[in-house]
Amino acid sequence: MPRFWRQWLLTASIIVYAVVCIVMVALANAILPGPAGPAISDLVEVRAASFTHRSSGEFTRDGRVVTAPLVTVTIPHTLAIMRHQVSAAEYRRCVEAGACERDRIDNDLAAANRPIVKVSWRDAEAYAAWLSRETGEHYRLPTDEEWAYAAASRFKDDAIPDTDDPGQRALGIYARDRDGDVDREPQPIGTFGANENGLVDVAGNVWEWTETCFTRSAVDGRGETVASTVHCGVRVVEGRHRAYMTDFVRDARSGGCSAGVPPTNLGFRLVRDDDDSRWRPLGRLIVQAQRLATR
Amino acid sequence: MMAALLATCAPPGSTVPIALSHPNSGTTGSTHSSMHPSGSNASPRSGQLAAKLPASALVDDVNPSRQQFDRQQFAKLPASALADDVNPPRQQLERQQIEKSLAAAFGDDVNLPRQRLELVAPPLVHPHEQVATGGPKIYEVRLVAEEKKMVIDDDGTTLQAMTFNGTIPAPAIVIHEGDYLEVTLVSLPSNTMPHNIDFHAATGASGGGDLTLISPGEQAVLRWKATRAGVFVYHCIPGGPMIPWHIASGMSGVVMVLPRDGLKDGNGRPIHYDRAYYIGEQDMYVPRDEKGKFKTYASHADAFADTLDTMHKLVPSHVVFNGRVSALTGKNALVAKVGENVLFLHSQADRDSRIHIVGGHGDYVWETGKFSNPPQKDGETWFVRGGSATAVVYRFLQPGIYPYVNHNMTEALELGAFAHIKVEGKWDNNLMTQVKAPGPVVSAQRSAGQ
Repeated sequence: MPRFWRQWLLTASIIVYAVVCIVMVALANAILPGPAGPAISDLVEVRAASFTHRSSGEFTRDGRVVTAPLVTVTIPHTLAIMRHQVSAAEYRRCVEAGACERDRIDNDLAAANRPIVKVSWRDAEAYAAWLSRETGEHYRLPTDEEWAYAAASRFKDDAIPDTDDPGQRALGIYARDRDGDVDREPQPIGTFGANENGLVDVAGNVWEWTETCFTRSAVDGRGETVASTVHCGVRVVEGRHRAYMTDFVRDARSGGCSAGVPPTNLGFRLVRDDDDSRWRPLGRLIVQAQRLATR
Repeated sequence: MMAALLATCAPPGSTVPIALSHPNSGTTGSTHSSMHPSGSNASPRSGQLAAKLPASALVDDVNPSRQQFDRQQFAKLPASALADDVNPPRQQLERQQIEKSLAAAFGDDVNLPRQRLELVAPPLVHPHEQVATGGPKIYEVRLVAEEKKMVIDDDGTTLQAMTFNGTIPAPAIVIHEGDYLEVTLVSLPSNTMPHNIDFHAATGASGGGDLTLISPGEQAVLRWKATRAGVFVYHCIPGGPMIPWHIASGMSGVVMVLPRDGLKDGNGRPIHYDRAYYIGEQDMYVPRDEKGKFKTYASHADAFADTLDTMHKLVPSHVVFNGRVSALTGKNALVAKVGENVLFLHSQADRDSRIHIVGGHGDYVWETGKFSNPPQKDGETWFVRGGSATAVVYRFLQPGIYPYVNHNMTEALELGAFAHIKVEGKWDNNLMTQVKAPGPVVSAQRSAGQ
């Protein structure tokens, strides 16, 4: 066969193959169910803004514990955050896919319309990774600042007055966190109502893991951080009051200190990173093609 | 109410005892009386002291207005008869006279003055005198056996509970050595089982258990004499497997029999407490289903077989203070102030425990709970023998939150055996100082100043 024709045939078959691929992907998109993650309506978009925030972590000045500073935090992009906490039904799909673990004693999967509880930070990370793979989006836990911003009026400033009296500090913290006296049973989604951003069940009886690591900072006289220790084995948990929890703990009652008031339940909600929104359709296409290929 | 009672019982010439009690504050009545024996002038053993009052002052079997009558009788006593610290020689003489006359009275114990005790729900202890200001009495209490379902943890787990007076533990009862306790035991008509009561402080007939076995809708009355000073458990003892089951279901409390002249430190010096708390520790055995979830039952009878199977393993599902996990934390935490002496009574009717106050101590520890023995000092962790109660006095020196725990920490934090004590006051930097708050490690050379 003349060389010209061989080349022409090769090119033609590549084109045909490409066309067939595109048609198949399009068909797959039409035939297969949509992305496994929550529908877009389950995400709330909170506008980018700056706000004043009580920093998480502990702060010292001249070797003494001081109240955490108020700082200005900027949310640079629209924040897409789940309207409700990840439900037991949603979490079950991750368990069934073999991507999420379950606690030994499992009472929660039955209550499908309730938030999943007894999940650790690691469980939440696994779920976010699975959901991202399933959808081709990028889901992750919010930072403490993002959570506080979305929680708006339901975020609780946890400052207590500066004191050098360790006894008074302990009493102050104990009194501050006493709001943990709530019914432990997880309630159907929406029970605790919506906040001004449309998020439901914020600061209900399920606390939420955040991405933020426990940080202890030494500040100078002007409140500028001069040194800090970041410990990512402990993450910030947000809810009725802010707490710091070892990342593999699933039930805070067993993970807190003996004198504190632990979070009632541990659950989570995720944010979706929309920075790469232009590429989202392509990502979805690749995911669908991958799924098709592995069928 | 109790203040009035105390005032009524106070002999003339002595300061009227001040009852600081408030049902919600956990404060007991306290006796700031000039009768308070001083260390160097230690009174004889309480039983003897009891025998020093004239029979005429105490005999009262007719007058319905007993308290009033007591007061009139007391008023006939010489003003100095009971004021030990005024005139030692004269006091000694009068003591002998009183002893003589009271000996006769003791032959007929039914002819003692009577006083009804209004029991309160633990952890509070009903107002009481720490130093008895009169002679022995018959104290009347009413205990009502009640079978009911109770929530025992934050997950809503339920126990087919059995109680005296509706609480786990049953109320603490405080009397003095030489007094009599007359108990009316009532069983609610809604109950389904026989109940009775065994007082470890009483002598004979299974501590009264043999004489008090009642059916639903019945009552029985038992009177026994308090001959030994100390904190003693009482519990239901209805026979066979009902005994461990009724105890593990909540039917126990304590009687504290105080020496007539109050608590002593072992060297004859009096110990006065500003508050008293009663913590009843309870092991519970709630059966689980095949998925590991706690089961619920429609009735006690339905729960019986499964519960007994669970009990046979001797591994409690819950170990709690005062009836449920977190009964004594948060808004229900125990309270105290720096400088206050707090008396902690701790019972475990079924199983051994070991109590520790995190950040604190026990100044005086009656580990077996019996006041004729000198207290141990500077307690760290005190052993509570199953079927007994301890008494500990501690003066708080620092403010803050003190976890009060069974120091098997698994039982404390995983199974529920912990309480919190909120202590108000001013921090003592000499006792403890945070020299430098947590921060980055400073190199040894630098920290050594080299």
